[in-house]
Amino acid sequence: MDRTLRLITSNPVDQLARTVEALLVIASQPLSVEELAEAAADDPQRIELALELLADRYREGRCGIVLERVAGGWAFRAAREAAEACARLFERPVQRGLSQAALETLAIVAYIGPCSRPEVARIRGVSADSAVASLVERGLIAEAGREDAPGGAVRYRTTPLFERVFGLESLSELPRLDDVGEDTGEIRSRLEAVAERRGA
Amino acid sequence: MIVRELELDLDAFEGPFDLLLTLVLREELDLAEIDVAAIVVAFIERLVERDELDLEACGEFLVLVAALLELKARGLFPDEEAELSELEPEQAAAELARRLAEYRRMKEAAAWLSDRLEVERDRFFRLGPAPLAPRPERKLAPQDREQLATALRALAVPPPPVSLAHMALRFPPVGQFVERFRSLLRKRRRFDFDAEVENLSRGEVAVAFLALLELRKTGEIAIEQAAPFAPIRISRSDVERTDAWTARSA
Repeated sequence: MDRTLRLITSNPVDQLARTVEALLVIASQPLSVEELAEAAADDPQRIELALELLADRYREGRCGIVLERVAGGWAFRAAREAAEACARLFERPVQRGLSQAALETLAIVAYIGPCSRPEVARIRGVSADSAVASLVERGLIAEAGREDAPGGAVRYRTTPLFERVFGLESLSELPRLDDVGEDTGEIRSRLEAVAERRGA
Repeated sequence: MIVRELELDLDAFEGPFDLLLTLVLREELDLAEIDVAAIVVAFIERLVERDELDLEACGEFLVLVAALLELKARGLFPDEEAELSELEPEQAAAELARRLAEYRRMKEAAAWLSDRLEVERDRFFRLGPAPLAPRPERKLAPQDREQLATALRALAVPPPPVSLAHMALRFPPVGQFVERFRSLLRKRRRFDFDAEVENLSRGEVAVAFLALLELRKTGEIAIEQAAPFAPIRISRSDVERTDAWTARSA
């Protein structure tokens, strides 16, 4: 009953959009629809409408700031055309490039995380300690509990910052890796060929 | 370049790589004696001589040397429970291939991330934790004062005294031994610690030893022990100093 009444007397979406806009400009991390709905004391569906309105208003090429869906929420960022000016005054979130070891470790954590350092080391074949430490320091991965066994190793997962830096809405936007799976057969037959020659 | 024909000149083996592998697989040559690093160096030297990067050969060599290293590691640590060793050769090859493919996939993923980072290098956004408004405290349901008093009364009962009966060990004070050793050293210049504590209990010997450390700390005594577990000899520190002085000036 209460809900229906509110819908009838509620503010127009445009006014809600101004509230959402204000919340987003204050936030320094992406805000989810639920968070926005709670703060604006309004209906999530109407929040979505307001966000659509704002996303159109703040789209690339129209404004100096761009509203985008990222890391499971909504956030403002600078328009790309302003990147050079921004770079003169501010540091990029990941200013220095990532080493190959760090990238591989990041890929493993992003795809199979949460996972522990021993798991990363098992896949890469070398210790992952320093790569993990540097990724934690950059805020791209963070601790996420421990393995089940007593004294289990710390597990890591990627952070929302990772998704923002790489411009991902969520981890499900990572490309599927199945298409390289057929290599298994090829590698296997070559290994077997080598084994045969060795046996000869 | 054919890896199998790589000529090797090692301490334990001389001849082509292929023969080495055959001998190792027939267990006619102990892998533990083989310097695998030297094989790698030989290969790299050959590679440098040829001045061209033969990827095919490098790949094959890597696989062979990896297998060799794994065999050697297994041989050196026979008790280590290795998951692969219980598999049939074909299964082991499949398992290795699976791992290689997994690693390869992750390498591709890393490459994708690297490209993506390059494409997205123009992203600038505000960072830092937002100061979130404190959540309003949840209101409690009305409480019964009597219930609170009952709960408090239960807590206000003094706890039962803790029994120390199980602590049967009693130690003499350290000071007692300190005094005893001091008076001993007034009579004698040196004494043997073990002889002095011979008839004491284990606990008392420990306290006596603490007394020794106390005296050493204040510089009253010098402690000597020829070897671990050898008798501990105690002397007045001035005695030792006099001796050292005599030895130096002699």
